[in-house]
Amino acid sequence: MNKYFKVTTKTIVATGLGAAIFMLLFMYVKIPSPIPETSFQTAYGISAFFATIYGPIAGGLIGFIGHGLSDALQYGSPWWSWVIASGLSSFIFGFAYKNTGVEDGEFKGQDIVKFNIIQVIGNIIAWMIVAPVLDIVIYAEPVKLVFAQGGIAVIMNSISAGVIGTFFLIAYSATRTKKGSISKK
Amino acid sequence: MKNNLFSYNLVDTPIHRLSGLTKLIAFLLLTFAVMFSYDIRVIICVMIFSFYILKVSQIKFSQIKLMVIYVGLFLITNTIITYLFSPEEGVGIYGTRHEIVHLIGRYSLTMEQIFYQTTKFLKYASVIPLGIIFLLTTNPSEFASSLNRVGVNYKAAYAVALTLRYFPDIQREYVDISLAQQARGLDLSSKAKLKDRFKNALLIIVPLIFSTMDRIELISNAMDLRGFGKCKTRTWYNSKSMNKGDFIAIGISILIFIGTILVSIFINKSRFYNPFI
Repeated sequence: MNKYFKVTTKTIVATGLGAAIFMLLFMYVKIPSPIPETSFQTAYGISAFFATIYGPIAGGLIGFIGHGLSDALQYGSPWWSWVIASGLSSFIFGFAYKNTGVEDGEFKGQDIVKFNIIQVIGNIIAWMIVAPVLDIVIYAEPVKLVFAQGGIAVIMNSISAGVIGTFFLIAYSATRTKKGSISKK
Repeated sequence: MKNNLFSYNLVDTPIHRLSGLTKLIAFLLLTFAVMFSYDIRVIICVMIFSFYILKVSQIKFSQIKLMVIYVGLFLITNTIITYLFSPEEGVGIYGTRHEIVHLIGRYSLTMEQIFYQTTKFLKYASVIPLGIIFLLTTNPSEFASSLNRVGVNYKAAYAVALTLRYFPDIQREYVDISLAQQARGLDLSSKAKLKDRFKNALLIIVPLIFSTMDRIELISNAMDLRGFGKCKTRTWYNSKSMNKGDFIAIGISILIFIGTILVSIFINKSRFYNPFI
């Protein structure tokens, strides 16, 4: 378990800069969906990418800080239940950390499947369970409404993390030196 | 893209003079009070109070115009879809039913629903000035130290400081890459199809991410060399010490917070104020 929760200086810096990119994408690079108050957020692809490379602590904080600050800038005040859910989903994405070969320049087949299973589980827990329940507890929103929004969010965020996250991880692994690429003659 | 989001500016008002810690505590207490309560009287009181503070802190409308538009859109869509999804929510909460007019199918207009939705509208609207005051009167560099002083681990607080520090840089870099790519023929204007525009926007993010990864390496090495994270605590260059004004402000916020909770427990006996019984 320890390998997931080790915090180095790099984790902190990756969190800070990752959250800045998350904010940028969260505010500007998104496609509005036909269902109000939800949109296709490319930012979750980024948080999945950073979480896989820097671990769950970095991932969770990127989601939490990025979503919280961009809400604060756009609406004046964060929508806490969704900010927490963002943090939690990105935290769970982080369990792909060191479980894939992305650092060794290998990210294909099995690794892609593993990453996507983890990210879908993370999205379901965060958006189908935690976000709607917190919406009801904190804001007393109508039950049907929050679960409908949650369902849409699961689908769109899974696509975002799946497509964009996978795409970036493949691109990143291509820049890494392959394991055993040097051999003695 | 070019809008200046952090339009923090230094004006000498009583609100600006408060320390960041005070403003963070007051912001959290007041927003939690409003979030907890569904009593329209409490909400209106907090709302009047927060608009008064907004006036005291001399924030100009031009500074917050964009936010007001976003919030307005959010509140209107929220009102509409709340009604579409559960037109009888108010009836369920208040336990009575005063129908004004029947619309179509399961949709009818009841006094309870109108009361519930008005309360909710005001509830969300009253939080906004608080957030705006907090953001526009707090020095971003002081924010991290305040977070640390309310008990957030200093490493996490430092990550927030880094985000605030590097957001403008990353925004600038995004614009640079985007302009460079457009000069090479990548179409991001509304003439391109939505699908292509989206794909092209992603092609801008790729170099942005890789340059950021390099930068992460660079900054973390620099921080390691300066011994970041070696001790359990750290001090902050930008923290202000507390004085009389700070204690008064925190006192007022605590009073409002406790008052709200007491009103809910003893007068309303629930989070909702029910005028229908």
